[in-house]
Amino acid sequence: MAERTPGVRPRPSLRRRLDITARCSFPGATTALLLLLAAGPLGLPGQAELQCALVLGCVFFWSLFRPASLPPLLVFGLGVLSDLLGYSPIGVSVLVLLLVHGLAMLWRRELAQQGFLLLWLAFVAVAAGAAALQWALTSLLTFQLLPAGPAVFQAVLSAGLYPLLAVVLARAHATVAEPARA
Amino acid sequence: MIRLSIPVRQALAKLTLPVLIAAAFGLMLLGKADTVVAERVRMALGDALTPIYALLAEPVARLHDVADSARHVLTLASENARLREENEQLRKWQAIALALDAENSTLKANLHWIPDPTPNFVTARVVADAGGVYARAVLLSAGPNHGITKGQIALDDRGLVGRVTEVGARSVRVLLLTDINSRIPVTLESSHGRAILTGTNGPRPRLAYWTEGLRPVEGERVVTSAEADAFPAGLPVGTVHYTAQNVPEVEPVARLDRLEIVRLFDYGLHDVLAPEASVARPAERRR
Repeated sequence: MAERTPGVRPRPSLRRRLDITARCSFPGATTALLLLLAAGPLGLPGQAELQCALVLGCVFFWSLFRPASLPPLLVFGLGVLSDLLGYSPIGVSVLVLLLVHGLAMLWRRELAQQGFLLLWLAFVAVAAGAAALQWALTSLLTFQLLPAGPAVFQAVLSAGLYPLLAVVLARAHATVAEPARA
Repeated sequence: MIRLSIPVRQALAKLTLPVLIAAAFGLMLLGKADTVVAERVRMALGDALTPIYALLAEPVARLHDVADSARHVLTLASENARLREENEQLRKWQAIALALDAENSTLKANLHWIPDPTPNFVTARVVADAGGVYARAVLLSAGPNHGITKGQIALDDRGLVGRVTEVGARSVRVLLLTDINSRIPVTLESSHGRAILTGTNGPRPRLAYWTEGLRPVEGERVVTSAEADAFPAGLPVGTVHYTAQNVPEVEPVARLDRLEIVRLFDYGLHDVLAPEASVARPAERRR
């Protein structure tokens, strides 16, 4: 980032500062917007699972490549929004997303240097774990053994959607969401 | 702003995630302990989003219509033949229905039958799916001062859809009869046996606890029963269908996968409240 290189430079203008703020808030804002859109009346089959898959992919991607723009508190907020819109017991998505964020931060150094295939494989494991945890927690909190089919579908959808999501997000990461290009 | 030394700030940054994870557990417990708060926040969000979703629903519906009409053009000839055949059959049924209706009204006149009062109803548009991964429910857009209350019964143009579980200022949530928490007392129409229709989150709910010796028959019509005063008797629910594992299921007559307009009837039955979609609420149900 340009701000990190040493040297004296003039105070950025208001327009430039706004631009930088907008670019920094791009990951959180787009993820929230995607969540709201996926909860809307699109009439798609498996829309609830799609919503989970989208937020999981976004949080994983931005935690890996731009953790500065996705602090844990924002992940917490996204989790609450996802729980409210997805009608799951409050706190379940929050925990799952925070754990995914934590894992991505932990593996950041190793994963960010790897090729896409390895990254995707790591995400497949994360998505499977997330879906299983979500299923287990929801079952526990509603005191009944829920059918496991939707959890499997959610994991497969998350894994299958990630390459597409990653292509779009990587383009955004290099262009509209890059504060250095303000 | 308080200025902190760099090591303190680093330590705090490291602590944020564990603290938030603990907070997530706290939130789960809180949501379990006090479901009213979660429900209120959820309905407030629903109220805020419903107008936006109602706007969004129009172009999406138009897109679906375009896709549908494109598909219909392709199957026009075969569809036409099928409809002609169906029309013939329906004409026969119409004649029978008219004859039965006339007979029924003369019989009722002879018996001095007291007709059931017609219930009040409100019609509302379905704006979004409100089920999530582990529930089946829909969100309806209702105007302000709608007068809808919990426990009202939702029907589409064909039959039973479900019951109202959450009411907001501008939105209403209806739990579908396919939801895993849904239990509906039903009557098997030809044998007059009683049973409970239990949702499975799948497209077809199952029949359980039928009267000894009156096993549901394949193709039999299923209607609601007035037992437990949760539903009025005789609302059409669906037809019995046996799975390959010999489990009796009910194919709902309502088009639950493509609900657009739903009527909410007030039968004045509030003894048994509908269950929550995601969280069972024993305190509410005990009332």
